[in-house]
Formats: sequence, C-alpha cells, structure tokens
Amino acid sequence: MIINHPLLGPRDASEFAYLGDASLIDRPDWQAENAAEAFYEYAYLRDNPVGEHRELWFHEAGDRSWLVVTRNTMTHEISKVELARDVARARGRSK
Amino acid sequence: MRYSGFRVIKEALTGHEGWTPAWRDPEPKAQYDIVVIGGGGHGLATAHYLAKVYGQRKVAVIEKGWIGGGNVGRNTTIIRSNYLLDGNEPFYEFSLKLWEGLEQDVNYNAMVSQRGIINLIHSDAQRDAFTRRGNAMILNGADAELLDADQVRKEYPYLNFNDARFPIKGGLAQRRGGTVRHDAVAWGYARSADSHGVDIIQNCEVTGFRIENGKCLGVETSKGFIGAGKVGCAVAGNSGRVMGMAGMRLPIESHVLQAFVSEGLKPLLPGVITFGAGHFYVSQSDKGGLVFGGDLDGYNSYAQRGNLPVVEDVCEGGMALMPMIGRARLLRMWGGIMDMSMDGSPIIDRTPVEGLYFNGGWCYGGFKATPASGYCFAHLLARDEPHPTATAYRFDRFRTGRMIDEKGVGNQPNLH
Repeated sequence: MIINHPLLGPRDASEFAYLGDASLIDRPDWQAENAAEAFYEYAYLRDNPVGEHRELWFHEAGDRSWLVVTRNTMTHEISKVELARDVARARGRSK
Repeated sequence: MRYSGFRVIKEALTGHEGWTPAWRDPEPKAQYDIVVIGGGGHGLATAHYLAKVYGQRKVAVIEKGWIGGGNVGRNTTIIRSNYLLDGNEPFYEFSLKLWEGLEQDVNYNAMVSQRGIINLIHSDAQRDAFTRRGNAMILNGADAELLDADQVRKEYPYLNFNDARFPIKGGLAQRRGGTVRHDAVAWGYARSADSHGVDIIQNCEVTGFRIENGKCLGVETSKGFIGAGKVGCAVAGNSGRVMGMAGMRLPIESHVLQAFVSEGLKPLLPGVITFGAGHFYVSQSDKGGLVFGGDLDGYNSYAQRGNLPVVEDVCEGGMALMPMIGRARLLRMWGGIMDMSMDGSPIIDRTPVEGLYFNGGWCYGGFKATPASGYCFAHLLARDEPHPTATAYRFDRFRTGRMIDEKGVGNQPNLH
C-alpha cells in the first residue's frame, strides 16, 4: 500500500505503524458522570466496518506525524489522507 | 454409513458403488430449537456436540458460502495447548484431549498427527519465560518438556544455531502437539452432525436478526426467515459484521493473516517449529510442502489477501531460522480474516439480546481450539451456562478489567 502523505507525498505503508480506528482521537472526558462507561467503550469497542474505515497511522520511519487515513477494508484502496492534528483541531481538540 | 477399513475393502471389491454423499443438502425448516450461524470448523463442531453430547434434535447450521470455505481451510493446521494463563490453558488442554479422540468420535480420518511442537528459545530471559509457561502447562495437566540446544540439535540439526543475532539456546517442547488435516475437520464434523439429524444449509446468507422486545426469534436469510429458540453466532473473522446486524459493537477488529506453502520437498521437518525471535512457525505437510506463517499485516481488513511487506518479513524469519529454505519456491500464499480481540483471547458468551449467543474473537488461534470451542459453545447453548473450561471467556471481562492477555500488550489487537 502507498499512503499519500499530505506533507511528504507518496510513502510506502511499511514506513508507518498502525494504531486503529480514528475514533481514538475522541478521548472521553475523565470528569464526566459516565466516565467509566465512556472509557470502556472508547478503549475496547470498535465499529470494525466493511468498506470505508478512518484510521490512525503513525509515520514512524519518517516525519513521525500522525495521519488519519480513509481506507477501504475490502479493497485496501486509500481515498483520503489527512494530518491527524488537523482532524483533531477540527473536532475541537487541543488548541 | 460408517467408515471403516472393512468398508473400504468391500467397496473396492464392488466397484465403489455403495458410497453415499457425506451429508444431505436440506432446505431450511421454518423453526429450529437452535440455529448456528457459520459452517466453519467452530460452527460445525458446535452442531456435532449439540446433537451428540447434548441430545439436541432440532439444530441447523447456516452457511453463507460452502462449509469449510473460511478460516478452517486457511490456517497452518497446528494444534497445541502451550498457554500460560489460567483462563486459557485448561480450555486449550481440553481441546487437545478432544483432538486425540476426534477421529473415533466423528468416524472420519482427520489425519491427527501428534508430531510435536517446539518453541525455540534464543535468550536467557526467554528460557525463564518458557520454563514458567511449561510449569503452568504441567500444572494444568498438559505435557511440556524443556530442551537444551543439544537436544534441539538432535531433532533439527539444520537450524541456524549459531546465528550472531538470534542463537538457538533450547526449546520448549510439547510432544502431544502437532498438525491436523484442516479441511477434514470441517468435513468430519459436518458428516457427524448431519448423521445426528443436524440440517447443514449452505449458500444461505444471514441478512438480519428478528429481535422483538429484546429477544431473538430467529434469523432473516437469503432463503427466508428461519425461526429459532436460540441463535449461536460462530463466524469469526466476520463477527463485527454479523453482530452489527443485532446492534452490537464488539471488542474486536478484523485483520488479515497470511499463510504460505512451498513446493513439495522430501521429508525434512518431523514436527512443528516456531522461531522465538521473530514470528515464524513452520511444519511440513504430508504432501511435502512447508506450511508456514508469521505476523498479521497489522491493519483492519476484510480482504482475504495481504500485502508484500509481511511476505518479506515472514520469509526473513524463515531464512534466519533455517537458511536452506531460501532455495525452496513458494507454491501458494493466501490470507484469512481474523477476529482480533482486545486482549488476544476469545469470547464464548451470552449477549444482551435474549436467545442470541456469541462465539468469536479467536485471533489467530482458532484452529487448535475448534473441538473445545464447539463443545463449550454447545454447552452454553444447551444449558445456558458456561462450560467449566470456558468460564473466563466473557464479554464483560473488558468492562471489569479481567483481561486474559497472554502477551501483555493491552487493547492493541494488531499486536496480539
């Protein structure tokens, strides 16, 4: 697989380490009433879809940036690559 | 029809005209007591034990494609019970004992071959860890034997003992481990289940569950609605897809694992060898091919094929362990889809939906577990309580923190 890095251009997927579903960006609020339940779901449950999947890849052997890759789990086709930092900010995370 | 040596001779003398199909091809009935989704090894084993051990008479197995077309026909055929943790070891030892009696039980030659398995040791720390694991196995009634380098050398003189990076210091052997003809496991269980009255319905895809007031009444399929008192789901690899139809999210990701077989070679490997420094395991089939595999590709996938970096990684492992296989050519390679659970261990449990039961999360250890998985799932379906060897395989262990994490890597399914 080739991942088209937004900053570096096309890179081989073997340069990257895989973390999992991009929902891992949405860390629950640890002070919320339902924090225990929210963290259980966050840490352990997955949608695991067939078809389009948004997922986190880490450019470990490259610029060490985190990417959100939209990839088809049936064909391995990659349709979109974003910097995870941009995705996280767009969702109101961090500054 | 009972298979026997006498039968083979009789048929040979009478032109082989007396053989009948190994199982029927029935149309689904409107209602069953128990419907098992998934005609793979685990689903068919479940049906066999439901009928034979638990006396259930109205059972159906529903399969989307053909039986044995999934992971039971895609694995590297290894059986063993060399686990460490209390939640796992009694279960896998139960499974190995069932393997030992399998062929008599189902009256089918599955070529169960207890040729032994050796996990190689490459460092002092690994020797300590394997010594502990061997002791845990013995405490649970399994067999284990710690070998030094010379003992391993006697059996496998051609391994790369003096590799500068990963010298072989010894091994942990389980003599009762070995290999089984994997397709024959599916066929044997199917034939036995069928002979006990189980309907095996192929080319019948489940398209949904009929759930009313929190109770599962049956399954919608491509052949119409099939009513069921209880529904058991044994579709590892596609568990997320099927249970998603019942509105459940699972502690599981689907990943692709590749396996390989070389061209046929003269007898070389007497047993199963696993490389302890990388991830590489190899045995030799009775046809002569070296059957081997390694790590997952590492990303979510439902495609039954993998990518080249892992092919390279696996072959590097093979070359590091036994350099002479560099001359052998690959005959075939393929991929299967694994239910990778969040702690690397399976789930056999009830679900929040009444009458719906789940068996999955086998990671890449499902084949060796086939008999016990079927037995324990049948027990759960028939009695509504877990089998004594499978009490730890609960859904709520993730909520309560009672993980069964052999490798200790946490909720990172691609690392188990």
